[in-house]
This record gives sequence, structure tokens and C-alpha cells, in this order.
Amino acid sequence: MSLLELKHISKIYGDLKALDDVSLSVDNGEWVAIMGPSGSGKSTMMNIIGCMDKPTLGEVLLDGVDIAKESNKNLTLIRRDKIGLIFQQFHLVNYLTAVENVMMAQYYHSIPDEKEALEALERVGLKDRARHLPSQLSGGEQQRVCIARALINHPEIILADEPTGNLDEANENIVLDIFRQLHEEGTTLVVVTHDPEVGEVAQRTVTLEYGKIKSDKKNVNFGKEAVSGEV
Amino acid sequence: MFFRMIRGVFLRQWKKLLMIALTIALGASLATAMLNVMLDVEDKVNQELKTYGANITVVPKSQSVLSDLYEVEDGSSGQGAYLLEEELGNIKTIFWAFNIVDFSPFIDTQVALDDGSTLTVVGTWFNHHMDLPTGETLDTGVKNLRTWWDITSGAWLDEQVDSDPSACMIGTAVAAQTGAGVGDTLHVSTKYGSTDLRVVAVYDAGGDEDGQIYAPMQTVQELSNTDGYLTSIEVSALTTPDNELAIKAAKDPSSLSIAQYETWYCTAYVSSICYQIQEVITDSVASPVRQVADSEGAILDKTKLLMVLITMLSLVGAALGITNLVTASVMERSQEIGLMKAVGATDRAVSALVLTQMILTGIVGAVIGYFAGFGFAQIIGRTVFSSAIDMKPMVIPIVGILVVAVTLAGSIPAIRMLLRLRPAEVLHGR
Repeated sequence: MSLLELKHISKIYGDLKALDDVSLSVDNGEWVAIMGPSGSGKSTMMNIIGCMDKPTLGEVLLDGVDIAKESNKNLTLIRRDKIGLIFQQFHLVNYLTAVENVMMAQYYHSIPDEKEALEALERVGLKDRARHLPSQLSGGEQQRVCIARALINHPEIILADEPTGNLDEANENIVLDIFRQLHEEGTTLVVVTHDPEVGEVAQRTVTLEYGKIKSDKKNVNFGKEAVSGEV
Repeated sequence: MFFRMIRGVFLRQWKKLLMIALTIALGASLATAMLNVMLDVEDKVNQELKTYGANITVVPKSQSVLSDLYEVEDGSSGQGAYLLEEELGNIKTIFWAFNIVDFSPFIDTQVALDDGSTLTVVGTWFNHHMDLPTGETLDTGVKNLRTWWDITSGAWLDEQVDSDPSACMIGTAVAAQTGAGVGDTLHVSTKYGSTDLRVVAVYDAGGDEDGQIYAPMQTVQELSNTDGYLTSIEVSALTTPDNELAIKAAKDPSSLSIAQYETWYCTAYVSSICYQIQEVITDSVASPVRQVADSEGAILDKTKLLMVLITMLSLVGAALGITNLVTASVMERSQEIGLMKAVGATDRAVSALVLTQMILTGIVGAVIGYFAGFGFAQIIGRTVFSSAIDMKPMVIPIVGILVVAVTLAGSIPAIRMLLRLRPAEVLHGR
């Protein structure tokens, strides 16, 4: 069953078509990597799926609701309830500790629970760094705090925008391991990346070029060996 | 969590917030200093103006009628009409008693010198100590009312230091006429008796008083056989500049309505103070020395207007400075606000958080600024008026409201602008 369905969406800025009649569906529990070179429309698609932007044309059905027609206020509520966001630049509040950054997402969602926030940090291997400020954490640690924050409200879909773009190889592997765990638990993952290694570990790879889908491949040996086949 | 976020920003970004608070403090201190000085300037200038002498004279009613009829103002037309010395203390019992800064009684008489020439001897208080009916004490006399007298030799006569009833001060014209100086004695006589007056000082008043002798009240009363009587009283009072109500009341208090009368009576107009003095001094007429009272009023009005304008300009300047800084500091937080919106914060939640932080910073700045401003006001008071500026409680809410209003005025447009931005744009640095 499709959790997310893009139907003929276009995003047009003046003469530029950042997305041009794109259709895509993502099933519940699926791990999809969206790849493509700079300017291919990856971030635009991410923003639209993440309810941070609206398409110029087309429908975006998230859990059956056309988010393209929702008001900005409702988009905020949908984002809060259904989506967990992970950013390349981490975007942590610099005057809050790691655990407080996670609790902030809880606060805007429902009720902050420090115990639960600490458990989320433990899950990404950062319980002992919970009281540290972002400036006292490495890039990899900050990204893991960002992942814990995205997970804390049990979203239906996790959207990650270049999650390993600012990380070294060791931290990249840690993050990808966390994604594997999340996928095994049934979490739907949409990862925007230009890194082929990150794309290859996903269940399915969608490649964009000039605002259109160039290819949509499923990794048939996903979880075993990186062997791809056309969808 | 809300308070943890507030606490977080105050504990971990205190340097940044301190800079904002100090800028707000600077604006608040300017507002505090100017408001305190503005609200106190009337009293201060009024006090200064009292150095120019009495602004109210009290004379017997019969003498006043003659003066009005013949337009005589030197008091010579009213021989035989007196005020009662025993009622002098009543002046400090009127409604506006605290506004009576100084007063001094006068009795004058003509005396003959040994060479046959005549002079006016004025009996008065120089620095008289009074125990008032209210239980208070007061030191008053011409020493405070004739501050412009230049003592060319000797020193001011002071009853509390030198209780000799024969001590006197003579004007420069008398000194020239008689050849007397400090330490010399002048023999004066009237039909009621004679006495020797010992000169303790020669003064230059720059007017008719240079041709007179000033002696203790009791001495002159004995020479003129008017024990317990006075010919006039000069009063120096802190007054409020006249307005239409005061002018109307001065002409005829009975023409006022009850409400107008109460307003007038309970305001320190020179006419209402005169009216109240007349109520406590039997058969007296108290009238303002118009040249002095009017000049004081004009100076006060202009000084107040000047201060109001300077204060308003200061407030506008402070407000603009604070608004700009607050706007800039909120704009700097675009990424933080974008992130909060991205993780699901509503516009209201973001606004509440940022506004609370800014208002708390503003309050810290306002408290620092208030005390600093009060200190600045004291520097201004000491420098300009040689006295402290009173703390005016009403300045506290004014500065508080000003800071909160200006902080809100600086924050709200910036927050609204940031809220209109889409999180995607902010988080991608666009």
C-alpha cells in the first residue's frame, strides 16, 4: 500500500521547471533513495514531500491526504505528526543540549518526555552525550542527534536530505546502520543523496535529471548484495 | 520545555543577550534620566528662583486699601496699621506649608541720628529660629531672602550666634553718610526712646535699602513702641505657574465653582497660597510680587517645555535604537525559527518563545537602565542644580511600558517576516 504518492507534479519557477511531471509512489516501510546531480530537482522533491513547499501542478498524497491543497498551517501540523526530517547541516538549536533538542520536537508535537528523549539518544548511541551542547559534539554526533529528533515522535515517514553529506566514512556507516535498523522496524525512509554508496544501500533508487525521473531501480538483492534491476 | 528553552538561551547565550540588554539599558537609562530630571525640574528651578527673594508680601488690610487707592507701594502710607507678630507661625500651618521656603517679618520706623539727620531703621529677623505650632522648627529671615546683598565688610547678623539686640547692619549709603564702619556705634533716637546700635556689617543692596539700617525686630519694636506688631511680612514660596483658573481666582475666589475652588485651593498657585495666608493672619492682605511671580512662571514654563521636548526626543532616539537592535537580533535567528517550524512549531508557539525571550531581555535591560538612569539624573542634578534629583515612582511604569512596547515593536515585525518565510528556504540558506 502506498504511503506516499506523487501524481504528475511539477514545480515551476518562472521559466524553470525544477520538477517536470513527476509521478512516484512510496510504499509503507520502503527505503527509497532519490539521487541525481545538482539541479536535478532532488531538494525540490524533498521539500514538497516534507510539506515545506507545494507543487505548482499535480497531487501529493501522503497517507491519502492531498498535501498540495492544504494550508501552510495544516502543512505544519502534517509535518509535525507524520514526518521526521533529517538535514545535511544538522540544524540543531545551539543553546539547547542534545536531549533538549530532541525534546523540542516532542514539545511541539505533544508533551516532552526526557526519559523517552534519552532512549532515542541511546538508540543512536549518544546517551552519554545527552547533556552536551551541539558545539561540543562532532558532526557525526550532531547528525545522530538530528536522527533521534526525527524519530522521537514516531513519524510515518523519515525524510533525510543528504544525511551523510557532511560526515566522514566512519560516521556515514553509523548513520546508514541506523537507517538499516529503522527499515527493519518498518519505518518508511526517503533519502535524498548524490552519494552512490548511500543510494546503493537503499531498497530502491530513483534517479532524477532535469526535473524528470531518469530511472527507478529496485535493489533486488537488497540486504544481501548490491544487484539492481529495473522496476 | 518552554522554560527550558528560555533558560537555555539565557544561560548559554548570555553574552549575546547581555549586549541586547545593555543596549536596551542605555536607552532606558536615557529615558529614566530625562524623565526624572523633567519631572523634578519644576521644583529645582523653583528652588533656584527663590534666591531672587520673596514672591509674596503680606501687609495690614488698611494699609493695602490705602496703597491701592494712592498706588503707593513703599508701606509709608499705612502708619498705625499692623500685623500681629504672634500669628507669624501660622504661615507654616496652611495647606501649602511645605511650599513656604522662607519668610521674614518687618517693622520700620524713622530715627534721628546725633547730627539731626533722620534714617529708616528696619527691624527684622536675620536668621531666626522658630518652634512652629506643628512641632517643627524653622530657621528663617532676611539672610535667606536677600541673597543678592553684597556684604562689603563684616558678616551677616545672625541672632542665633550673636544675640546682642543692639547689633545692626547698615547700607553703604548710611556708611558713607555717617562714616560708620564695622565695630562703630550709631546713637539713634525716636520719641519713644533711644539706643546705641553696633554695626556688625555693611551691605550693598544696590537700591533704596542702602540708605537703611537693619536691626533686630525687638530693638526696632521698642524704638517705635510697637511691641508685638509688624508692618509687613515677606514670604518666599514655591509656586505653580498661573493658568486661567488661577487668574480668575486671583480676581475673585467667590466666582469659582466648588470644583474649581477645590482645584485652585489644592494647587500651589501664588494666588491660592496668598489666600491661605490671609486666612491665618488677621486683617491681612497677601499679594504676589507680580514681577517676580510672573517671571518665575514664565521661566518655569519655558524650562519645562524645553525639558519635555528634550525628553521626548531622547525617548524617540532610545526607542529607535532599541527597535533596530531587537529587529536585527530577531532576524539573526531565522534558521532557528525555520527549524522550529520544520519540526512542527506553530506560528503562535514560535512567536511566544521569541517574544518571551526578548521581553525578558528587555526587562533585564530596563532594570539596569533604570538604576543607571537614576544615577545619570543625580549627576545632572548635582552638576546643574547642586542638589539631588528626587526619585519619581511614576518613571518606573513609564520606562517599563516604553521598553516593553519598543521591544515588541522591534520584535513583532521581524517575527512576522520570518514566519512568512518557508522553512525550506530558511534551512537551505535562501
